Amino acid sequence: MATVWIPPLLRDLTAGVAQTTVTGEKVRDLIAALDARYPGLADRLIEDGELRRGIVVVIDGVATRQGLRARVRPDSEIHFVPAVGGG
Amino acid sequence: MTEQVMEETSPTAYKVIGTRPLRHDGVDKVTGRALYGADIQMPGLLYGKVLRSPHAHARIRRIDVSRAAHLPGVKAIVTAADMPQVGDKLQELGEGAIGLKYLSANLLATDKVLYHGHAVAAVAATSAHIAEEALALIEVEYELLPPVLDLVTAMQPDAPILLDDLRTSELGRRGETPTNIAEHIRFQLGDLARGFAEAAVIVERAFTTSTVHQGYIEPQNATALWNSDGVLTIWTSTQGAHSAREQVAELLQLPSTRIKVVPMEIGGGFGGKINVYLEPIAALLSRKAGHKPVKLVMSRAEVLMATGPTSGSIIRVKMGATKEGRICAAEVWMAYEAGAFPGSPVGSGMNVILAPYRIENLLIDGYDVVVNKPRASAYRAPGGTNAAYAAETVIDELCEKLGMDPLEFRLLNGAQEGDRRADGPAYRRIGYLETVRAIQQSEHYRTPLTGPNRGRGVASGYWGNWGGKSSVSASVNADGLVHLVEGSTDIGGTRTSIAMQLAETLGIRAEDVKPTVVDTDSVGYNDVTGGSRTTFGTGWAAYELGRKLKEEMIARVAELWEVAPEQVSYADGVFTADGRRMTFKEAAARLNEDRPIMASATTHAQEYGPGFATHCVDVEVDPETGKVTILRYTAAQDVGRAVHPSYVEGQIQGGVAQGIGWALNEEYVYDEQGHLLNASLLDYRMPVAPDLPMIDTILVEVPNPGHPYGVRGVGEVPIVPPAGALANAIYHAVGVRLTRLPMSPARILEALWAKG
Repeated sequence: MATVWIPPLLRDLTAGVAQTTVTGEKVRDLIAALDARYPGLADRLIEDGELRRGIVVVIDGVATRQGLRARVRPDSEIHFVPAVGGG
Repeated sequence: MTEQVMEETSPTAYKVIGTRPLRHDGVDKVTGRALYGADIQMPGLLYGKVLRSPHAHARIRRIDVSRAAHLPGVKAIVTAADMPQVGDKLQELGEGAIGLKYLSANLLATDKVLYHGHAVAAVAATSAHIAEEALALIEVEYELLPPVLDLVTAMQPDAPILLDDLRTSELGRRGETPTNIAEHIRFQLGDLARGFAEAAVIVERAFTTSTVHQGYIEPQNATALWNSDGVLTIWTSTQGAHSAREQVAELLQLPSTRIKVVPMEIGGGFGGKINVYLEPIAALLSRKAGHKPVKLVMSRAEVLMATGPTSGSIIRVKMGATKEGRICAAEVWMAYEAGAFPGSPVGSGMNVILAPYRIENLLIDGYDVVVNKPRASAYRAPGGTNAAYAAETVIDELCEKLGMDPLEFRLLNGAQEGDRRADGPAYRRIGYLETVRAIQQSEHYRTPLTGPNRGRGVASGYWGNWGGKSSVSASVNADGLVHLVEGSTDIGGTRTSIAMQLAETLGIRAEDVKPTVVDTDSVGYNDVTGGSRTTFGTGWAAYELGRKLKEEMIARVAELWEVAPEQVSYADGVFTADGRRMTFKEAAARLNEDRPIMASATTHAQEYGPGFATHCVDVEVDPETGKVTILRYTAAQDVGRAVHPSYVEGQIQGGVAQGIGWALNEEYVYDEQGHLLNASLLDYRMPVAPDLPMIDTILVEVPNPGHPYGVRGVGEVPIVPPAGALANAIYHAVGVRLTRLPMSPARILEALWAKG
């Protein structure tokens, strides 16, 4: 199962749980599984059917622009981090 | 003095990468023939000027342009009323998103002006003088509102509100009450209380940093021709022609393919030439003037008053270490000025502040706060310099309390592969420790510094870098010259660094590739030249392009020789098979007789390895005047693979120079009403050559495993450590810890007097 790190500002929905494991082929599946466990979490991460702007998914240390469509491996580590730009 | 330290594979494997060919655009630049935006001339050209707010915060009650419109020679006047309604959509700039409504209101104020210099109206006339005279005839009635100029005031619950609809965003949750706090971001790892419980030493300090500007020499400019057939052409100075096109399309509600953006040469950007300021205004004036071309060029005062500075900030750092010198906990609170509209780089400052260190227990809270100053825009490692200044000062104090050498402390605590970033993900292969060792082994660090009022400081820094989208194409001419077509603005020599990667892949000389940066109609989409991405991302596209060209030429040589493609080898610019031999140039001539040779490639590279640096500086402080003289400066940086070492050294030296300016002199000075008092380069004090010593560089090469040639971005990291290194050097020279930037002579004297 993939390990998802819950962003600190969403831990009010998980009673403080910082990491959890869920099953799914794509990021979308993982968020659905998380939402089933922690209702309201999907609303915070998804807007208009896409990952909320300003959030980037990092899978195994590499940021992906595929958002909800990105594939994950069973042993993947997933983070949702703020998008930042350079100059 | 420059050193190169190779950590892994030998660069001798390369023929072109690592060499120092002349830059392809060099002659035009040094002879003054290169064309910049202000050079544009064409028949019927009109000249535009912008009327700007004399107030920092006011409601616009009325704008009357009738007198100005009747002035002979005036051809068009526009205000926010001429801008289409754009709604609440977010616009992706390639370097972060901004609400279109805010982007539009920043171009031409709608109901309120939000900073001194905010654009209110614009005029196009037959001469610049007439346009300027017309501005004086535009009547604007303001209702003055109290300005909000500092973070502490802005964050108070009863502070005057800048944007009535603004609510605090916290990862998908929107606050309920009006506020000036646009966003709260949090990073958290481990157990902070448990971490601090292990500490033998704790240092806690608060830092304040001033608003500063990118300081590019060429002012913003734009010329637009909105033709009667509906096609809009814009000539401009931009870090990203495609990004400019997309912004103009959204702001003017046009299909982007009706717009052609022609990027002119750029006289510096450093992040400040990503947002559009003049382009949509020039376009509206052009259409209103009867489809005439209109040129706008900002004055220096306009650049400083109305284009993106970077954020002033307040940063509080509390850090604990065990008696062995291991950092056991860190707590950070940081608030960044966004200027008039949301979008400060607080998020990237949060990424930078603790990045060089392995810290298992940490909490970082960041706040993006609007104030009555120009909207902040990106500036080289946005938010990084002030963040590192705070953390690196605290680390120096921890070292002092522990009695540890600052480099040994960094070696003990430095992040390496597998350690976690503050936002959670683990690092892949990075070269931070190698930069610390490079400084430790440098002749500079090994040479004792002696003399009164002299001190040495070290500091480290990080930048995450970026990949982005790139497109390139090329044709192989009959004489063997390869025309490379690209869309990445060349700010720091990237024509050459990209051409070199194509040459390396093709096995030809860099001089046999001729790179050209073209307009948005002539190449696929390219993200901005920013985020230290271009040599990495567009270079990767050039590598893919080279592979395609090589594959096609091998197949066609095989056809010519009537052998299978697998039988044809290609190495060092020579095709061979069964004893037959043909050079690249011979093949180009022969194959072009049949049909042209062309290819294109696109990339959206993601495995951009972060960059790290460690700097060492020696200073002497004059206790009578507070003046800091920099005696010696050495910067060691993990550059991945230095494609063109001279340009990498130039990037490092340039970044250090800007960091020194930020640290010692540069700041926006406002009066209590929010008027900017130093909107000129006489009064906004950037470093000049006599202020700086030769900046020595040590290029540490830890190849990025995520790039075919090991390239990492190099342009932004070097601006991150200087302020921290200088603060530490000043402390070791005269015994005062400066907690406010800039560390100007006046502030140093005040600190010395307070010390007694």
